[in-house]
Amino acid sequence: MRLPLAEHRYGEHGVVLPPERSDSNDALGIDLDTRRQLYRSMREMRTFEKRAYDLFMKQLVKGTSHLSLGMEAIAAGFGAAMREDDYTFATYRGHAHTLARGVPMTPVLAELLGRANGLMGGKGGSMHLTSVEHGMMGSYAIIGAHLTIANGAAWSAQYRGSGQVAVCFFGDGTTNIGAFHEALNYAAVYRLPVVFVCENNLYMEYTSIRDITAVAHPAADRASAYGLESIVVDGNDADAVHLAALEALDRARSGLGPSLVEALTYRHGGHSRADPGKYRPTGEVDAWKAYDPLTIYRERLGRLGVSEAELDAMDATALALVDAATEGAIAGELPSPESAFTDVWADGGWSWRN
Amino acid sequence: MAQLSYRDAVARGIAQEMRRDERVVVVGEDIAGAGGVFKTTVGLLDEFGPKRVIDTPISEQAILGAATGAAMTGLRPVAEIMFSDFFAVCWDIVVNQIAKTRYMTAGQVTMPLVIKTGNGGGLRFGAQHSQSIENWAMAIPGLKVVTPSTAEDVIGLMAAAIRDDDPVIFCEHKGLYAAKGEVPDGEIVDTLGTARIRRPGHDATILALGMMVPRALAAAEDLATRGIDAEVIDVRSLVPLDTRTILDSVARTGRLFTVEENPQLLGWGAEIASLVADEAFWDLDGPVQRITTPHIPLPSADSLEDLVMPSAESVARTVEKALQS
Repeated sequence: MRLPLAEHRYGEHGVVLPPERSDSNDALGIDLDTRRQLYRSMREMRTFEKRAYDLFMKQLVKGTSHLSLGMEAIAAGFGAAMREDDYTFATYRGHAHTLARGVPMTPVLAELLGRANGLMGGKGGSMHLTSVEHGMMGSYAIIGAHLTIANGAAWSAQYRGSGQVAVCFFGDGTTNIGAFHEALNYAAVYRLPVVFVCENNLYMEYTSIRDITAVAHPAADRASAYGLESIVVDGNDADAVHLAALEALDRARSGLGPSLVEALTYRHGGHSRADPGKYRPTGEVDAWKAYDPLTIYRERLGRLGVSEAELDAMDATALALVDAATEGAIAGELPSPESAFTDVWADGGWSWRN
Repeated sequence: MAQLSYRDAVARGIAQEMRRDERVVVVGEDIAGAGGVFKTTVGLLDEFGPKRVIDTPISEQAILGAATGAAMTGLRPVAEIMFSDFFAVCWDIVVNQIAKTRYMTAGQVTMPLVIKTGNGGGLRFGAQHSQSIENWAMAIPGLKVVTPSTAEDVIGLMAAAIRDDDPVIFCEHKGLYAAKGEVPDGEIVDTLGTARIRRPGHDATILALGMMVPRALAAAEDLATRGIDAEVIDVRSLVPLDTRTILDSVARTGRLFTVEENPQLLGWGAEIASLVADEAFWDLDGPVQRITTPHIPLPSADSLEDLVMPSAESVARTVEKALQS
């Protein structure tokens, strides 16, 4: 067995290339309207994330942000497969997953800008986007915790007989923390209606996941330990993700228990706003950028008869939405000082004494 | 009225709430089939069945995470962390998730859950199974923290905790499980954030919590034989804190002593001493004195553990010496 870090030099590791481009998935049984929706959804996420980046560069987005640029197919593919009342649990890289549930862009962007019209009035920020009315049960910024919490929502759905499923997204780095393993075993033991989705973008923050993990597939290779099927999908292909999502959701909804899906993808930028991502080999970055989920999907839709004009119109609509959201977010008031002291307790206040 | 042990009171309190609200479920290690390693959940599985009373793997993060997600989506879970020392392996879920979620989501999420836990020393279990962790929890905004000292309070405060829409850390003192007390028949529901004057007195206020309450009461009886009339307050709830009862008492007696099982630094009594210094300084006739376990881990040997934990004798001695100086 290879000892990954035995001769480790920072930034020097094997290049992992994306799959060859092919038209074989064109024939997958997904209707064209759903495919249009997937493209629209990915384009909205892409445009939104680019704008978030621009607004950060203008110092309007404060703190930190973790973008899903390059990883949109996973959020879109699952979003389109979920039932309206299903639950999403995302990580700090959660903008795309929030949009995927139909949360309007303006409050999401306003939250990034720390405005009163933000999704949580500026009390959560980029890493904690939550919209309970949309089933977006939160973005969680401590690695691993939300897998256990997704179990709880799934348990509650099972207890209430609601037929809801909890879908929990996390990165490859999460597979090496204890909570991941506790959560997988727990979900399997109680056959919880939960789908765990590992967005394997090949890098745990600044380090190649292969260098610090004992197996090649950080999620799928662990599945058997919990009696689960080993599932790896092309996370840059929205159709492949969508079909895997439908299958896992159906399995969960019919009482067959959890699934663990590893979706291979790549982030176009660094881990967070502070990271230029220099530890990644140039050839690798270029190859994955060429295997961009939007590029390959746009080509597919073209082959399936969707006109360039229609695709351009969808792009323009997405841009208009993001422009309007930008305007709405920038125009938002700053949160009232009093709002810092609300919502600690269920009575709305923060008092700890009489 | 009936005599009931503190441990049986835990199960009675939970059962009382499970009968009236089917959203109440119980999870933890060995709590169903075995009735809990401390036998505080005996009978629940038989009465409410395996759908509502659930044995878990040894996975404290998974247990509390499950309780969190369930509370966020309509259930009212009671989760057990067997020994409060084990909070250290799942503290992320408590501190970063349970405590902060309502605030971070601007009130979108409600977190009605109770974490019950075997807390405290005196059972010769050594440093990893004996800690008093109330002060860990009270340092985190968003957590309510209670520690009952009597069987009746166990039932009433458990009911109040389960009915509360905020997360409550419910510390059961392991050293009191066998203690029996008079408990009224019928439903008992108490109020969080209320202290109780267990023994009125004029000369000094002694605040105590959990197993330190009976020790403080014994100390007060001893002091009474030497002409010192001490008031003993069972704090019961650290968050919310009944500052009125405490400050009123200090205004009457002019002296304040805290009896804390936790190590000295940043114990709950330190916060109350600070509060009294701020708000009742001119009521004081002498310095506030804290009687705590020294700032050391708890030893295992009975002779050593008894030496370092506050006792009725050490409380009486400290109070008497302070009042005579």
